[in-house]
Amino acid sequence: MALTGVLRPGHVVLRVMDLDKAVAHYTDALGLIEVARDDKGRVFFKAWDEADHHSVVLRQADEAGMDYMGWKVDSAATLERLAGDVKNSGLVTDTSWIAAGEHPHTGKRFRFTIPTGHVMELYAQKDATGCSTGYLNPEPWPDGLKGMAPSRFDHCLLYGDDLDGTVKLFTEVLGFGLAEEVVAGPEKFRIAAFLSCSNKVHDVAFIRQPMKNKFHHASFLLDNWYEVLKAADIISKRKISIDLGPTRHGITRGETIYFFDPSGNRNEVFAGGYIYYPDKPTVTWTDDQLGPAIFYHDRKLNEAFLSVVT
Amino acid sequence: MKHRIEIVNGSESFGCPADLDVLRAMECLGRKGIPVGCRGGGCGICKVRVVEGPYRTGAMSRACVSVDEQSDGYALACKLFAEGDLRLQVVGKMARCFAGSAGGFHVYGLQGAASQTNN
Repeated sequence: MALTGVLRPGHVVLRVMDLDKAVAHYTDALGLIEVARDDKGRVFFKAWDEADHHSVVLRQADEAGMDYMGWKVDSAATLERLAGDVKNSGLVTDTSWIAAGEHPHTGKRFRFTIPTGHVMELYAQKDATGCSTGYLNPEPWPDGLKGMAPSRFDHCLLYGDDLDGTVKLFTEVLGFGLAEEVVAGPEKFRIAAFLSCSNKVHDVAFIRQPMKNKFHHASFLLDNWYEVLKAADIISKRKISIDLGPTRHGITRGETIYFFDPSGNRNEVFAGGYIYYPDKPTVTWTDDQLGPAIFYHDRKLNEAFLSVVT
Repeated sequence: MKHRIEIVNGSESFGCPADLDVLRAMECLGRKGIPVGCRGGGCGICKVRVVEGPYRTGAMSRACVSVDEQSDGYALACKLFAEGDLRLQVVGKMARCFAGSAGGFHVYGLQGAASQTNN
């Protein structure tokens, strides 16, 4: 296979303050499918086109935000190799192994804290319980979908302080490419990085700001611009707290809308973008063009979009 | 039943139905004064301190309002329900979005993408 090493963001674990309201949001409004609950009270979800057992996990807590992201790698051997490389990189702290089965249908996970303060995991095995259309002569989409019904969990955008250390870890140790970046001032100081481990334009992105371990959004993939507009209808119909959109990003070219779950964690659904190859030159945006870089239609920044994190 | 919400460190006051949180009541009337964030009790942008008046609150992130602060009248306006006329002090504000480096401190003006350097 041509895509090797780290394959994709395989799960994100979010903290919510009212589990029932959160489950209703992520199933009825966003349109994920609940697949399991465990004895710790966690609820596990997947999007309809995902093969592996789960991709989103909610945990009841007294504060909002992200616990961690998990990255699926291509094999057990790669997991061992990358765990060693990450541990020896000098860039991470709090390394540990999480036993197989701690997440249902999931093998052992290597956990570490990256320079921006976020907790990340690598794992090689999660049972492929299958997507909603199956794999033999499948229909293009399944019946019975609810809400926005994205086909997959796509990426997260995270805020933290040591952007340089985190970019070094992802590019030099984990093998990611820098698809796009935002730089500031005549010295071209990097303030944002969009990182890809695949053909996606980003699998994770980071923005430099003073506090460690902040969560900006988890994003889910729709098919096209009309589905983004329909997501906007669902947001209004269900009186969901909207952030902004529908609009297009200059960065990544994505067609997008942002909104909040009932605990204030930001979600995005988007379509479009482009295919990223590892040999594609990095796209650079300068801070004087940050308005259209982030919001291509309005061409100006939005205070809440940049400031509100959990 | 409507209660009067007065922002003491601003010039705004507005009516708030008993069953609507203070932030939504402000937004519905097109009024300003309290910064609007996630509206879900998670981000802390709409933090206020109730100076006077009876109220109840919904679930608010402990990362934004500590137990001590809560007993001292601090609340998130999106989870604040008036049970009488309230006088509020706005505490929360939009944080700077990008900052920090050894070579300079960059602040990105949120309204117009202007940048400045403070050493």
